[in-house]
Amino acid sequence: MTTPAATTKRDETRAATPELEQAAERAEARRGLFISLPAYVYLVVLFVIPLVLVFVYSFATRDATGQTVLEDWNLDSYKRLFTPIVLEIFLRSLVLAVITTLICLAVSYPFAFYIATRSSRFRSLLLVLVMIPFWSNFLVRTYAWRVILGSEGPVSQLSVALGGEPIRLLFTNAAVLIGLVYGFMPFMVLPLYAALERMDWRLVEAARDLYADGWTAFRKVTFPLSMPGVVAGSILVFIPSLGAYVTPALLGGANTVLMGDYIVSQFLAARNWPFGSALSFAVMFVMLLATVFYFRAGAKTL
Amino acid sequence: MAKPAVELVGVTKRFGDDVIAVNGIDLVVNDGEFFSLLGPSGCGKTTTLRMIAGFEFPTEGSIRVHGAEMGLKPPNQRPINTVFQSYALFPHMSVVENVAFGLNMKKVEKSEIQRRVARVLDQVQLSKRADARPSQLSGGMQQRVALARALVNEPEVLLLDEPLGALDLKLRQAMEVELKDLQSRVGITFIYVTHDQEEALTMSDRIGVMNEGSLLQVGPSQEIYERPTSRFVADFIGDINLLDITVSGPNLARLGTGVEIGIPGSDVQTGGLLTLALRPERLELYDLDEEIPAGHNRVKVRVARRLYFGDVYFYDVDAGIGTEIEVKEENRPGVDLYDVGEEAYLVWSPEAANLVVR
Repeated sequence: MTTPAATTKRDETRAATPELEQAAERAEARRGLFISLPAYVYLVVLFVIPLVLVFVYSFATRDATGQTVLEDWNLDSYKRLFTPIVLEIFLRSLVLAVITTLICLAVSYPFAFYIATRSSRFRSLLLVLVMIPFWSNFLVRTYAWRVILGSEGPVSQLSVALGGEPIRLLFTNAAVLIGLVYGFMPFMVLPLYAALERMDWRLVEAARDLYADGWTAFRKVTFPLSMPGVVAGSILVFIPSLGAYVTPALLGGANTVLMGDYIVSQFLAARNWPFGSALSFAVMFVMLLATVFYFRAGAKTL
Repeated sequence: MAKPAVELVGVTKRFGDDVIAVNGIDLVVNDGEFFSLLGPSGCGKTTTLRMIAGFEFPTEGSIRVHGAEMGLKPPNQRPINTVFQSYALFPHMSVVENVAFGLNMKKVEKSEIQRRVARVLDQVQLSKRADARPSQLSGGMQQRVALARALVNEPEVLLLDEPLGALDLKLRQAMEVELKDLQSRVGITFIYVTHDQEEALTMSDRIGVMNEGSLLQVGPSQEIYERPTSRFVADFIGDINLLDITVSGPNLARLGTGVEIGIPGSDVQTGGLLTLALRPERLELYDLDEEIPAGHNRVKVRVARRLYFGDVYFYDVDAGIGTEIEVKEENRPGVDLYDVGEEAYLVWSPEAANLVVR
């Protein structure tokens, strides 16, 4: 009711003293800058500058001793991206990241659904359980998998006990997959939970009322409405999986080199910084592409 | 169609051990009727509706729709649709997709779906907004989409859970008329849940008044308003004066002050304690020297307050019984006005009152 009057008054004030109004706007902008300053500093120092460095290095050359020299700028490193060995590693990483994401989604969805539909006290307990693994170091937990999946490990022992052959999963793609799914599962559960927890269950009732059976109501209403969680969770799992380093390094073998190890080996073992930089940019580009595509697809259903 | 649209037999719903939401309700809703379940929040009316829809199942008792036992049938297998309180429109679907949802689920032929959706959207005047998302529509339009989404399925019974609650007064009044018209046009049985007595009185053929899980009285609107059988129903619906009386003889009783008045016939014996329920518009004020119609009650009162409402005057008068009595007089040309402090006779016909248990 007071809005029209307030607007008029404001207009009058502006007409009378434009300087005051402008000063207020400037002050507002200053405050905004002040609040966001730490974020900007953080992003520029720790993200933009390193990124620019990597970008510059990707066009550099190496001298006879393998030292990187910042001259003779060229595209050689990028051309090397399209050699069969790189493409194979990249494809393997991509497939593994996609499979990891799909498994995480398939396992996490029912679990997140279960959490979201519990009473609020039990819900908090379950959420804490999801986050408990974060309390110990990721490296330590990955080492634990080496024991579990090794030829002397419980998986193998179980197989022998059941009258089968000893199984050694360690240093295979399967081991890497298990490690990745294990490591990134919480990143899928939490956004899914957030999406399902906000769900208006009356919409599901409405669907049931309009002759949908339980499964159809889920397909037509619950799942589409949880899409923001599916998209967020998938991105949070897919991206780190694609660039994963620790898991494949510890659980994978020589035949299971992934993008993460490969980049690291270029910087450390091969000392080919320009190529390592180009690889990094290529991976980032694919991640960006995947994210944009996924968000678009997700947004369409909403 | 000899079978009633909906029949509830001894329906009880308990939640846990000590919450009885609905307590042994027997109810028959006739075919093509506009029936309202009226009561304060928490009286069990919504739970009753949800049991008919199939979202909850009775702890005891049975629910039949056109004679068919509903038992544990899920909502999608009942010939019933619901208009939800919050509309519950699917936010990720357009108006058309929302309305077509039920028909798609029933695997009706595509051309038939198109025809029926177009017709119902035309009925609720939303053809122009067919491709809009619910969030782009006003509350009133969303309400009509919810209605169309249910009606397009041509259910045997339509359940409405306080569908007008979220609308502002003007729109609500317009929708009341629209709903009533729509119902008589389509001829579908409506069961309407509301806590708004005015809404219920305006639209319903019959009303069932609920309180604390029990169905207190069922009858046509006029009967519920004019002849309440309990203190709760009398008090809940409309303005009313409730005067405690002591029966002093056949058709006679005394007010707290000892003044003897005539009351409608009752089988309560002399000395019995009752409450007299009197609507303010059935009371009149007369000058002390004016002639009183024969057979009418007359009690001397003093005007404590006069309120002007434009179309009516409200008087609060003091009859010396502790509580003030409210009188409603129409603002007609030449009406006698009484000033605060003035003495007058409060006059009513004994038959205009109702006796309810104290």
